[in-house]
Amino acid sequence: MDIVVCVKQIPDPAAPQSFDSSNNLNRSGKLILDEADTYGVEMALQLVDKAGGGEVTVVSMGSGADVAGLRNALALGATKAVIVSDDSLRGSDALSTAKVLAAAIKRQSFDLVLAATESSDGYTGTTPVQLAELLGLPSITFAKAVSVEGTELKVSRQTEAGYDEVTAPLPALVTVTAGVVEPRYASFKGIMAAKSKPLEVLSVADLGLEGQVGAAGAREEIVSVEAAESRQAGEKYVDEGDGADKVVAFLETIKVL
Amino acid sequence: MTLSTLWVLAEPSSGSFTTTSLELLTHARSLATNVVAITWGDGGSLGALAGEYGATTLYDVGDLKGALPGVPVAAAIQALSESGDAPDALLIPTSYDGRDVAGRLSARLDRPVLTNVIGLSDEGGLVTEHQVFGGSMAVKAKFTGPGPGIVVVRAKSFVAESAGGPAAAVVAAPAGDTGATGSAVVANSHVEERTGPKLEEATVVVSGGRGLGEASAYTMIEEVAKLLNGAAGASRAIVDAGWVPYSHQVGQTGKTVKPLVYIACGISGATQHMVGMKGSKNIVAINKDADAPIFQIADLGIVGDVHKVLPALIDALKARS
Repeated sequence: MDIVVCVKQIPDPAAPQSFDSSNNLNRSGKLILDEADTYGVEMALQLVDKAGGGEVTVVSMGSGADVAGLRNALALGATKAVIVSDDSLRGSDALSTAKVLAAAIKRQSFDLVLAATESSDGYTGTTPVQLAELLGLPSITFAKAVSVEGTELKVSRQTEAGYDEVTAPLPALVTVTAGVVEPRYASFKGIMAAKSKPLEVLSVADLGLEGQVGAAGAREEIVSVEAAESRQAGEKYVDEGDGADKVVAFLETIKVL
Repeated sequence: MTLSTLWVLAEPSSGSFTTTSLELLTHARSLATNVVAITWGDGGSLGALAGEYGATTLYDVGDLKGALPGVPVAAAIQALSESGDAPDALLIPTSYDGRDVAGRLSARLDRPVLTNVIGLSDEGGLVTEHQVFGGSMAVKAKFTGPGPGIVVVRAKSFVAESAGGPAAAVVAAPAGDTGATGSAVVANSHVEERTGPKLEEATVVVSGGRGLGEASAYTMIEEVAKLLNGAAGASRAIVDAGWVPYSHQVGQTGKTVKPLVYIACGISGATQHMVGMKGSKNIVAINKDADAPIFQIADLGIVGDVHKVLPALIDALKARS
């Protein structure tokens, strides 16, 4: 069984975020593999293992030359990596991103496409489903458990009330939530092996998408960016055994008690 | 008004529409002269409710025969909008199925989608409002190409109010054959039981995070919530860790809550979390780390160990009841 995992290299979420002069998220610093994607990579490795073999291909898109996050995915055990990297991709919206990923994934062999429910930098959360539509695949989002029996996919999908058991025939696309599996750590052996694993870099021209993606393909624009009205911090006390009393007194002033 | 028609995805939920759907219908009628709702399943019998909240027409995709709504509902909307009846924009609630419909429709119509919207206004065209960077920055955006643009709006962005309108005309809008893309079907549904008020509706929400240290400590959160007749919530960190079910999660990916008071216990205040609770009327934070970002938005901050403060709080609350 062959699985494609969509991954994104993002600025470190622990570092302060900012916009660049074009109101795009500033990605000039070091990029890392989005932690949300480590669950998809792990899920893919486990499913391929259970199926008795197959390839895990990580596919990504970016506007820079940074591939450290992809090397990380290879170190975890992915077979090969593909990144569409092109300056013209800067300013891509979610649909453009899906078009680029779809074109890159069509060149791969796959039975299943995995993605995170949303990235940890943009939080748009629609790219995987747009991608499924462009690839002509059924999709099951918000998976908290995934299994494959023959050519049938079984997924526990989160709902407002609990979860649904959903089935679909392969090939299909699934978005996994954090917590679906426990991601492994890269071993020293894995990190060394990753250095010689195939990493293909494609351009927008390689995919025949010139002028359709990136800022050229975006059909929305930012009107304004302003500091949001912020809440003022109130009083802060160090607990000296009276912390609970302070909470009770506060609840009294707002008439909860 | 520069907007003539807005369509609203009205998600059916146990004999009604979801609250977010009603919020969107309410706001849509202040922006456009004509508001049309689209629903499926049990929603087809809710023409009176759709009309009460301002819709003139309720398109009913009908029984989905177990299929996940994303594909068939998007296919039906595509057919409607390509038959010459396209709206200026389509408003969709942020929800599991709502996001599926938005993604499918965006790719089918080749139209852009704006998500995480918390405000909508007519400024010579539809302008969306978003909060980014943990709510510290407000961004306004608009569509530039041909419509209809697709807008996915977060819960509690608007207040639902009945307009007392006449029943909407219910019009069948079948999906037709969706082929392989529509082949994901629900085999079984599982409901996870909860007691007490619903998280989104409770006047008091008590939430726990990683600072609790271990899953068993979450019982303290539940106990405080119960004593205050509130609901127990959680940060993404402990939901991911499997300590509590996802239905408890407050934040960007979880629920949006705006209670009278939100009590954050052992929650540092990641961007992800703050977006879901910073609209609370009052915020109390209890955390060991005096520099935790949560204190920047807390009306009352207690720098202390939840394992000491919460048992004392439980005793104090019990003594009063």
